[in-house]
Amino acid sequence: MFTATAFASILPEILILTIGLIILVCEPFWKGEQKRNAGWLTAGGLFAAMLLSLLLARPSEPQVVLGGMLRFDWLGFFFKMLFMFAAAVTALMMMDYEKIGKRGESYLLLLVSLIGMNLMASSADLVMLYLSIETTSIPLYVLSGFLLDDDLSVEAGFKYFIYGAMSSAMMLYGFSLVFGFAGTTDLYAVAATLTSGAISPWIAFGVATLIIVGLGFKISIVPFHFWAPDVYHGAPTPISGFLSTASKAAGFAVVMRLFFVAFPEFSAAWATTLAALAAISMTVGNFLALPQTNIKRLLAYSSISHAGYTLIGVVAFSQFGAASVIFYLAVYILTNLLAFGIAAAFRRAGGGDELSDYSGMSRRSPLLGLLALTAFLSLSGMPPFGGFVAKVVIFAAGIQADYLWLVIVGIINSIIGLYYYLNVLKFVYLYRTPNQDEENNPIPLTQPYKIALVILAVGVILIGTVFAPFFNWSNVGALRLF
Amino acid sequence: MNFPILSVITFLPFAAGMFLLMLPAQRKNEARAVALAAAVADLLLSAWVYVQYLTQHMQGYQFVEKYTWLNIPPLNIALHFGVDGMSAPLVLLTGIVMFTGVLISWGDDNPKVMSGIQDRPREFFAFLFLLAGGVFGVFVSLDLFMLFFFYEIAVFPMYLLIVIWGWVKTREYAAMKLTLYLFIGSVVALVGALVMYWAQYQNTGALSFDMLLMERANFSATFQRIWFLPVFLGFAVLGGIWPFHNWSPDGHVAAPTAVSMFHAGVLMKLGAFAAIRVGVMLLPEGAKYWSGLIMAFSAIAVVYGAYIAFVQTDLKYMIGFSSVSHMGLVMLGVSTLNVTGLTGVGVQMVSHGVMTALMFAVTGMIYDRAHTRMIPELGGMAKVMPFAAVGFIISGLVSMGMPGFSGFIAEFPIFMGVWRVQWLVAAVASISIIITAAYIMLIIRKVFYAPMPENLQGQVGDITVLDKTAIVTLCLVMVGIGVFPSVITPMISSGVNYIMNILGGA
Repeated sequence: MFTATAFASILPEILILTIGLIILVCEPFWKGEQKRNAGWLTAGGLFAAMLLSLLLARPSEPQVVLGGMLRFDWLGFFFKMLFMFAAAVTALMMMDYEKIGKRGESYLLLLVSLIGMNLMASSADLVMLYLSIETTSIPLYVLSGFLLDDDLSVEAGFKYFIYGAMSSAMMLYGFSLVFGFAGTTDLYAVAATLTSGAISPWIAFGVATLIIVGLGFKISIVPFHFWAPDVYHGAPTPISGFLSTASKAAGFAVVMRLFFVAFPEFSAAWATTLAALAAISMTVGNFLALPQTNIKRLLAYSSISHAGYTLIGVVAFSQFGAASVIFYLAVYILTNLLAFGIAAAFRRAGGGDELSDYSGMSRRSPLLGLLALTAFLSLSGMPPFGGFVAKVVIFAAGIQADYLWLVIVGIINSIIGLYYYLNVLKFVYLYRTPNQDEENNPIPLTQPYKIALVILAVGVILIGTVFAPFFNWSNVGALRLF
Repeated sequence: MNFPILSVITFLPFAAGMFLLMLPAQRKNEARAVALAAAVADLLLSAWVYVQYLTQHMQGYQFVEKYTWLNIPPLNIALHFGVDGMSAPLVLLTGIVMFTGVLISWGDDNPKVMSGIQDRPREFFAFLFLLAGGVFGVFVSLDLFMLFFFYEIAVFPMYLLIVIWGWVKTREYAAMKLTLYLFIGSVVALVGALVMYWAQYQNTGALSFDMLLMERANFSATFQRIWFLPVFLGFAVLGGIWPFHNWSPDGHVAAPTAVSMFHAGVLMKLGAFAAIRVGVMLLPEGAKYWSGLIMAFSAIAVVYGAYIAFVQTDLKYMIGFSSVSHMGLVMLGVSTLNVTGLTGVGVQMVSHGVMTALMFAVTGMIYDRAHTRMIPELGGMAKVMPFAAVGFIISGLVSMGMPGFSGFIAEFPIFMGVWRVQWLVAAVASISIIITAAYIMLIIRKVFYAPMPENLQGQVGDITVLDKTAIVTLCLVMVGIGVFPSVITPMISSGVNYIMNILGGA
């Protein structure tokens, strides 16, 4: 039964696949520098695909399609748009990055992973969910280890793979238990069986623990975070950016669907556990970020703490909470991509990843300095950048749900966060290079980086000032979740 | 729909800042000219608002603009602007400090002087204007969310301004300390604000950050007593309240001249204003309950700040601690919760803002030319820069609370108000007047009239015309208020009446 709705529901994925196929066909005919064009093709194609999907494939009433595998709703659609945007920007950033920029297969891997994420966000069935998680992860393992002659990158690929395989095995075991107890893999039907009280709460708790291990790995919360700093550090920087944003957001899309829809009954009991995880993630992430001297490791720990903040919205377990999570993720994707993009652009221009390499950046390139200002102040939650509104909204959701203590933990953590984000800006704006000859050493930015970074910075400021439409979309996404 | 003057005042600095950042970096003089033009425009507009309010309205919130910014339940945020008798003078104060701050920072290419901002003036003015826009936004916002939004915009440029253009020795430490203090204060207050938002919903069913609605939210007395302290103190950190004043003198010392002026002149008022607007006006019952504590804190600040100022040898530290002392008077006035005290608060905020801006400006001029701020190493400045000397003496007289200057109009009512509540506190706090007089006269004698040390002779030149313009502007305000109090007190009273209605009705 392949109806127009079913077609619309997977139109973005079809378009992405088409782009991938075009690259696969064209790439062998391009020579040397030309292969870089695959990046333009990917980015342009994805923006076009977003536009087409927005025009033709908007969901109306939530609907289960394709034999119950996918749910065609606003939550999934909103996340799909976010992922496609993130992938397009990542493709731009990859273009001039060493090794990965001039290889067609790296873009193809990115696109395949993107398809997986899109399906993660809209899966309505445990089997589909598991498949899509694997589709997302496997290309990312390869991309993390893409720089074959760089030990760090190879280590990152292996580490990511081993952790990923391990936790996805645990999650699969959890899924199989759910199937065993509920007799169905349909997420929306699982809820009905569970609410009837046929299963003892202890068993349910055990099953949920297994599943949270797998998802906790994807969203990198403490104590499932050990892979994140090493992988972000070793992987090619644009890929680290993609991992820390889109891949994490995809994990949150699944968390929301599972805990808001499939397991609402034990969500109440789980709220306390998740709240504890949120508090620990924020605190551990921030404290470990404090002593970091490598920008990528610093951003890795900061992304762990941001997963903690986001969980506050999940714990709130309300429609407003869900909306705040989506909004937070949108802001976070823009901001963190910007931060990693700066790191990638700077490294490509001959700089390193150590914070001390950033000395004098604002003199060498005022534009890059301002972009770094935007990214790090947004991460620390300062207006007029997106981070401020996102934090207020997520704290508001926490307080509405009577989690005042959790919000206070969040507040304390955002103060710690401010310290190390400002520390980065101190290098960018205050410190100088040893010879004080910054004016003679400008940082050249290539066209794709300029486009990508400026788009992101404008987005961060837009979402932080004219936040109404963005919050509206988040709210619509959350509205149709239940 | 009238001309949206408050939005223009608020957003003009942002627009100018953006424009500055787009100019080419080498065009230093163009950047300065753009900055001056924007500052003059904002000064004129805010003066117009002030005069209109003074001559025509004189009650309630005027020039009100309201645009829905986000209305998606459960959130409701509006761009709701308006000024009353309390905030209109502060808007004008910001305009004045912005204008004089730009003049002071103009920059002099003479290598012997090197006054003002030489290094990257484009970025300096852009960040300064970001700060100014945030300050305007807080003074005119009637929406709690927007108040926080602008409040935090006013905080972070301080970090950059101090860390990039500040005094090399302490800037890293001071900038981080200042930013963290202020951020902690504001996020603590933010939690309080979010709690109030949901409590309002439970009480009245209204979902809105509109402060005019929140004033009528009927928070229970217990609720107000619990949440008053976090909200009030969170903002009062920026007002330099004892024992959270610690960041302020360090910040003053490390900041470049114009930023010190902004910081002491306007930012500290921002803290006091927000503490009154949100703390006292939305949680009046809490204010009554805790007023004793606030009074104790601020009485300590008044005397302690003055005494610490007295023993300083660095001119900027001295003025920094005198600011703590004078802002202590503001908080003291707030804690009286009576008409007299609050009227004094309104005038003192303006008077101290102008006075301390002038003091920092003169200090900056001296430092740029003599390359030292240590009082024992200075002397004879009145001969080489007579204009600056006169300016400093006038602001010194204001600081001492001499009749005929704005300081008297401000401090006298505060002490009267305190006397009515607790005469002992007034008696103790008035010691500060003597100490203030002592250190001000000490500076004037040593820095301006003592013989000039030999190593400075021939090294120090006179100040520029722009500097003089700034000094004249600031002096005019201080003398003007002192001689014609009627240009400000009726206006402040109208604002105070509004607060008293809330305090009486609760």
